[in-house]
Amino acid sequence: MIRVELPAHLRTLAGVKGEVMVDVAEPVTQRSVLGALEAKYPMLRGTIRDHGTLERRAFLRFFACEEDLSHELPDALLPEAVAMGKEPLLVIGAIAGG
Amino acid sequence: MSKVRLLVGTRKGAFVLTSDGKREKWDVSGPHFAGWEIYHVKGSPVDPNRLYASQSSGWFGQVMQRSNDGGKTWEAMGNKFVYDGVAGTHQWYDGTPHPWEFKRAWHLEPSLTNADEVYAGVEDAALFRSVDGGQNWEELSGLRKHGSGPHWQPGAGGMCLHTIILDPSDPKRIFIAISAAGAFRTDDGGKTWLPINKGLRSQFLPDQDAEVGHCVHHMAMHPSRPGVLFMQKHWDVMRSDNAGDSWHEVSGNLPTDFGFVIDVHAHEPETVFVVPIKSDSEHYPLDGKLQVYRSRSGGNEWEALTKGLPQKDCYVNVLRDAMAVDSLDSCGVYFGTTGGQVYGSSDAGDSWAPIVRDLPAVLSVEVQTLHSGSPTLI
Repeated sequence: MIRVELPAHLRTLAGVKGEVMVDVAEPVTQRSVLGALEAKYPMLRGTIRDHGTLERRAFLRFFACEEDLSHELPDALLPEAVAMGKEPLLVIGAIAGG
Repeated sequence: MSKVRLLVGTRKGAFVLTSDGKREKWDVSGPHFAGWEIYHVKGSPVDPNRLYASQSSGWFGQVMQRSNDGGKTWEAMGNKFVYDGVAGTHQWYDGTPHPWEFKRAWHLEPSLTNADEVYAGVEDAALFRSVDGGQNWEELSGLRKHGSGPHWQPGAGGMCLHTIILDPSDPKRIFIAISAAGAFRTDDGGKTWLPINKGLRSQFLPDQDAEVGHCVHHMAMHPSRPGVLFMQKHWDVMRSDNAGDSWHEVSGNLPTDFGFVIDVHAHEPETVFVVPIKSDSEHYPLDGKLQVYRSRSGGNEWEALTKGLPQKDCYVNVLRDAMAVDSLDSCGVYFGTTGGQVYGSSDAGDSWAPIVRDLPAVLSVEVQTLHSGSPTLI
């Protein structure tokens, strides 16, 4: 199981508390994790990545294992610790005022 | 016993304010969707418990919400707004071409006959429709593909389609307004559109009488007279007596004819309300005095309504969708401010009282008039 930590507003929208766990078939990439996340929580479609292009929304960042993965290719493998479920993939709202 | 329910959209959530027909004591529910911008909430005229809300955020984009119980609970619906075909370009602020990009839904207009049908006016300007209760959205692209589209430009708030008026006497006729393109009308259910801006003059345009490009801020119509439209333009209050084919100015004795909101009394089609704002660069009332102006003659002759409103040191704005009227015998009028106040009048504007004072900046106000046994709405 892959662990995903969502920002508070998206946890509220999805109706979840704490980390989200999603089943992801290999390879474990941004694309496959977000696809599984959106399949499990359809209300999140369009809120993390664009409906059409599937590009990350401009004011969101992806972190894991103390690294900024925001600009990695969507099909690049995520760190092994994320794939093993030891570390979460963090979806972070950019700091841009209140 | 009648009830009134106000649906208030703010910069940081939605609020539902309810009262009995006396409209003296109010219950406040919210914030719903706390922290999100709620541009608009509106109820279905067919089913008063069916509400639609536009929820958006610069971080997370657009979410559409639906309630089937009058706002007690909500369900996220479809948020996929895709322009039909090649989106093309409109004018940017400096006149250069700029790609059409979806940003948010400004206004939701539920159908007059079907609770599952709802229109959405969006930024960048386009009209979408859902016929399955908000799950799927399809653009009525004849509007955006009107030949004038490349000449539309954003107003200060963005290039938004903010006004949708459904003609109760003709299901195929819809009026819309865009800032800053102007007003348009369809007579065939949205397939083709006609610019209806004859008589508008805008100093910021190279051709002041241009067919499109005018910054219309809001329009209003009384359902008993669908051919009569009132408009608050960037500057100028306008009136049309022929469904928008031509307009004439009715600013009359207003102290300033800049403003955003305009609405019509529920029972008096010639009684119109506006809130004059000082200017396009100073978005607050003249001299710090918050005044609603009412005309009982369909324009030109206006009276200031001040009882109960702050008459000094008031520097709030009243945005384009932030005024509504109820349909009780003594018509209620409501408006919200960027300072977070929602004011109400239960006597058609003669006197006012704050319903709430400290909400986030108010973006929109709608009202539902609920009659026990036979719900009717305005």
